[in-house]
Amino acid sequence: MIFQYSLAQLSNMLSEGQISSIELTQYYLDRIDTLDKDLNSFISVNAAGALLQAKAADEQRAAGNASLLTGVPLAHKDIFCTEGIKTSCGSKMLDNFIAPYDATVVKKLKAAGMVTLGKTNMDEFAMGSSNETSFYGAVRNPWAKDSVPGGSSGGSASAVAARLAPCATGTDTGGSIRQPAALCGITGLKPTYGRVSRYGMIAFASSLDQGGPMTRSAEDAALMLEAMSGFDERDSTSIDRPVDSYAKTLNDDVKGLKIGIPKEFFAEGLDPDVGSCVQAAIDEYQKMGATIVEVSLPNAMLAMPAYYVVAPAECSSNLSRYDGVRFGYRCESPVNLEDLYKRSRSEGFGAEVKRRIMIGTYVLSAGYYDAYYLKAQKLRQLISQDFSRVLEKVDVIMSPTTPTTAFSLGSKTDDPVSMYLSDIYTIGVNLAGLPGISLPAGFAQGKPVGLQIIGDYFREGLLLNMAHKYQQVTDWHQQVPEEFTQ
Amino acid sequence: MTTTWEMVIGLEVHAQLKTKSKIFSGASTAYGAMPNTQACEVDLAMPGVLPVLNREALVMATKFGLAIGAKVAEHSVFARKNYFYPDLPKGYQISQFDLPIVGVGELEIMLGEDHSKIIGITRAHLEEDAGKSLHEDFHGMTGVDLNRAGTPLLEIVSEPDMRSAKEAVAYAKKIHSLVRYLEICDGNMQEGSLRFDANISLRPLGQEKLGTRAEIKNLNSFRFLERAIEYERGRQQDILEAGGTVVQETRLYDVNRQETRSMRSKEEANDYRYFPDPDLLPVVIDSAFIAAVKTTLPELPDEKHQRFISQYGLSSYDASVLTAEQKLAGFYEVVVKTVGSSPKLCANWVMGEFSAALNKQVLELVDSPVSAEALGGLLLRIEDKTISGKIAKQVFEIMWQEKNSADVIIEQQGLKQITDEGAIEGIIDEILINNPTQLTQYREGKDKLFGFFVGQVMKATKGKANPGQVNQLLKQKLQG
Repeated sequence: MIFQYSLAQLSNMLSEGQISSIELTQYYLDRIDTLDKDLNSFISVNAAGALLQAKAADEQRAAGNASLLTGVPLAHKDIFCTEGIKTSCGSKMLDNFIAPYDATVVKKLKAAGMVTLGKTNMDEFAMGSSNETSFYGAVRNPWAKDSVPGGSSGGSASAVAARLAPCATGTDTGGSIRQPAALCGITGLKPTYGRVSRYGMIAFASSLDQGGPMTRSAEDAALMLEAMSGFDERDSTSIDRPVDSYAKTLNDDVKGLKIGIPKEFFAEGLDPDVGSCVQAAIDEYQKMGATIVEVSLPNAMLAMPAYYVVAPAECSSNLSRYDGVRFGYRCESPVNLEDLYKRSRSEGFGAEVKRRIMIGTYVLSAGYYDAYYLKAQKLRQLISQDFSRVLEKVDVIMSPTTPTTAFSLGSKTDDPVSMYLSDIYTIGVNLAGLPGISLPAGFAQGKPVGLQIIGDYFREGLLLNMAHKYQQVTDWHQQVPEEFTQ
Repeated sequence: MTTTWEMVIGLEVHAQLKTKSKIFSGASTAYGAMPNTQACEVDLAMPGVLPVLNREALVMATKFGLAIGAKVAEHSVFARKNYFYPDLPKGYQISQFDLPIVGVGELEIMLGEDHSKIIGITRAHLEEDAGKSLHEDFHGMTGVDLNRAGTPLLEIVSEPDMRSAKEAVAYAKKIHSLVRYLEICDGNMQEGSLRFDANISLRPLGQEKLGTRAEIKNLNSFRFLERAIEYERGRQQDILEAGGTVVQETRLYDVNRQETRSMRSKEEANDYRYFPDPDLLPVVIDSAFIAAVKTTLPELPDEKHQRFISQYGLSSYDASVLTAEQKLAGFYEVVVKTVGSSPKLCANWVMGEFSAALNKQVLELVDSPVSAEALGGLLLRIEDKTISGKIAKQVFEIMWQEKNSADVIIEQQGLKQITDEGAIEGIIDEILINNPTQLTQYREGKDKLFGFFVGQVMKATKGKANPGQVNQLLKQKLQG
C-alpha cells in the first residue's frame, strides 16, 4: 500500500515512473477527503495548489533535475506561513490571514520539490498539549478517537499516524512535536535550538520554539530534517553551521554507546505500563550493545515552573501584534482605540492564550520581574547545566516522552496544571535548547507509547541513527490503526 | 523673602541614524515616500517575521561613543519595551535597557568667549523608531504610516547638568554638530531627524536635592527647545511660589500657543515590561571592531576648534562658529589657503558677508554661488590693495549674482583701486577749488568737515581711491 511507503521508497517510485507526483498527490488528497472527517487534522486542504505543485514536480522529474524529495507530498503545521494559503495558527485571530510570504522552512521544502497538501490543525498559537484549544475544534487520535492526539502539533501527528500525509512539519516549544508524536505513534524530532530557521514560523515563545519533522520513521525524519535545516540570515538565532548528512549515519553501529537513564523521569507520575514499554525499548538497545547507566537530572522538576514563566512572558509580548489594526481579526464597529484593542483581543483569542498572556504580563511587570522572570532564567541555567553534566558522561539520555498515553478528550480541559504535566519530560529539553526525538516504543492500553532520546547540541544525526537502529528491529512505527488501512 | 530658583535640565536626544536600510529590516529609510511604501513584512510586524540587526547602525553608535570619550560596550543587549499604540506595529519597541551600547561620556559646550561647561552624557542606546499616526484627512479615523517604523535611532541621554535654556540649546547644537561631523545623522530637524525631550525641574538655589521634574517631549527645533524650557520654568516657578507642588508628568509643547500641556502623569505611565529580546542575540563586539571604527573618525569639532585657534590665531568664539559645521570649517580652510595669509580677514568674511548672503537666501553651503576659491580670490585683491574692503563688498555682491571671478568683475567694472599719488592729489586740488566755503570753515576750526572732503574724493573716484592715501593727502592739503 502506498501509504506505507517511506519517503525514500516514494522517491524511487517517482524517479522510476511507477507513479507521478500528480497521482501520488491525488492519492493523499483522496485519503484526506475520506478519512479526515472524524479526525479534523487539517485546517486547510490545498487541493488545487498541491496539484499544480505536483505537475511542476513531474515536469522537473521529466527534465531530469529533480532532487530526492521532488514530488513527494507533505503537510505543514498551520503555524508556518505559506504564501497564498491561509495561515491561522489555530486561532480565530488569524482566521482571515493569508501570508504574503513563505516561512523559510516552507521555502526550503518547496525548493526541495515537496508538494503542500494542506495546513494541519494545532492548539491555538501552539499553546496546549491536546489540540483542544484550536479555534477549529479538537483533533482526534487515530488510535483511539475518544482521545486527544496530543499537542500542539496534534494535527500533523494525527495526519501522519493515519497516513493522510507521508510526513508533516511540526513545532516544539515545550514538547509540541515529541508529545503528539508519542501519543499518535509516529516519529518526531525537535532539533537543536537554532538548527531550523524560525523565520515565518509564528512565534509562541521565541527562545524555545523550534521546527522539526514529524514522520513515519527515523529514516524519513532524517531526509526531511536535512531538507528543512540550515542557517538563515533572516533569523538571528539560527546557527551558521553546515547541516549534517543525517541519512548517511542512520546505520552506524550503536554498540558501545552510553545511554543515560535519568532516575527522575522514572519516578512518581509515570504510568507503569508506559514505564514497561520504555524499559523494554531500553533493553533492546542493551541487546544491540549499548551500555545503560543511571544518571540524575536533579533540577529536572524545576523545568515545569521555569517554563511556565519564560514561555508566557515571551508569548505575552509576541502576541501583542495581534491588535486588530493591520491584519487578523478586528471586532465589529469599535468606538475608539481602546475598544478596538480590548474587543479584538478578547474576541479573537481563546481562553488558554489569554491565560498565558495574563501570566506573562504579570511576571514581566514592574516589581515582579526579578522574582519571576529573572529567577526562571536562573533555573533555566541550572537545568541546562544538569543536561551538560550528564551529556559529558553519556552519549544520549533516554526516557518516556510522556507520563501517560493519550488521554480522553475533555478530561483535562478544566485542569490546566494536569494538562501541563503531560509535557513534564519534554520541557527541559527546550529550556536547554537540546535536540530530542520521540519514537514509537509499543502500546499501553491499546494506545501508542513514545520513547524519548535526548542528545547533545547538534547530535541530531546520533538521535536519528539510534532511532533508526531500533526501528530496524521493531515494527511499532509501521503499525497503522485498522480504520486507516483501507 | 523671595526664593531664587535654580533650573535643572537634562536632555534626551533622538538622532535618526542615516543608514540606508532600517535597523532590523532591509526596507529603505528614505524620507518622504508615499505612506506605507517603505514598510516590508518585518516593519509591518506580520506573523512569524524576525528582526536582524543592521551592522551599519552598530558602527554609527560606536562612532558616537568614541567621539564623546565613552566606553563602547563589548556586550550590549536589545530589550523589548512593551506598549500598545497603532503606529507601533509589534506592540513593543526594540530598544536597549540595562545594557546599552554606549556608556558614560561627556561633551564640552561653549557659552561665550572663553567660557565653557562640561555636560555629562549618561548613555546612548540604539532603538527603532515608530511609525506615524495621521489624524487629518481620515474623517474622524486615524491613518497609520509605517514608513518610519524601524528607522534606527540613537537615543543620547544627558546628565541633569544644564542650568538654563541657553545651556540646553548650546548642548543640543553641539550634539547636532557632532552627529553631522560623524556623518551618522543628517541633522534635519524639520524632517524629525533630531528630536529633543527635555527634563526640567526647579529647586531653591543652593539645595542639593532635585525638584520634581516634568518631561517635555518631542521638541524638533532649537527655538522650540528654548521656548519650551523658558515656558516650563515660568510654569513651575508659579506653582512653587504659590505653595503648590509640581506633578511628575510628561508634557507636550504646543507650538502655536507656545505653552506646554500635560500629556500623561506618572500614575498613567506605562509599565513597559522590558525584557531581553529573545529574537536577537546579545551584541558582542571586540576591540578590533572598535579600533577599526576609530580609524574612520574625522577630526572632531573640539579638536578642530583648538587647531583653528592655534593655527589661524582666531578667537575661541570665531573658531567655534567656524567649526560648528564641518563643511563650513572646510570652506574656511580653502579660503585661507587661497589667500595664503590673513586668516582673521578670511574668518570675518566667511562669518560675515558670506554667511549673511547664504542666510538671506536660505541656501545650504553646497548651493552657494560663490565657491571658497572664488571668495579667496576676492580677498586676495583686498590683500594686495587692488581694491578696498568697501569695494570688495560690491564685487562680492556681483560675484554672488553673476558667478564671475573677482578679477573679471574688477576689470570689467573698472573697480581697481586708485593708488597713484599724483592722480589722487589732482582730484583733491580740484575739490578744494570747487568748495571754497567749506575749505575756509575747515581752516577756521570746523574739523568735522574732514569727512565731507573724504566723501567728495570718494564720490569723484567712485570709491576707488585708496582710503589710507586719501586721508593722508587730504590732511596735508587741507592744512594748506
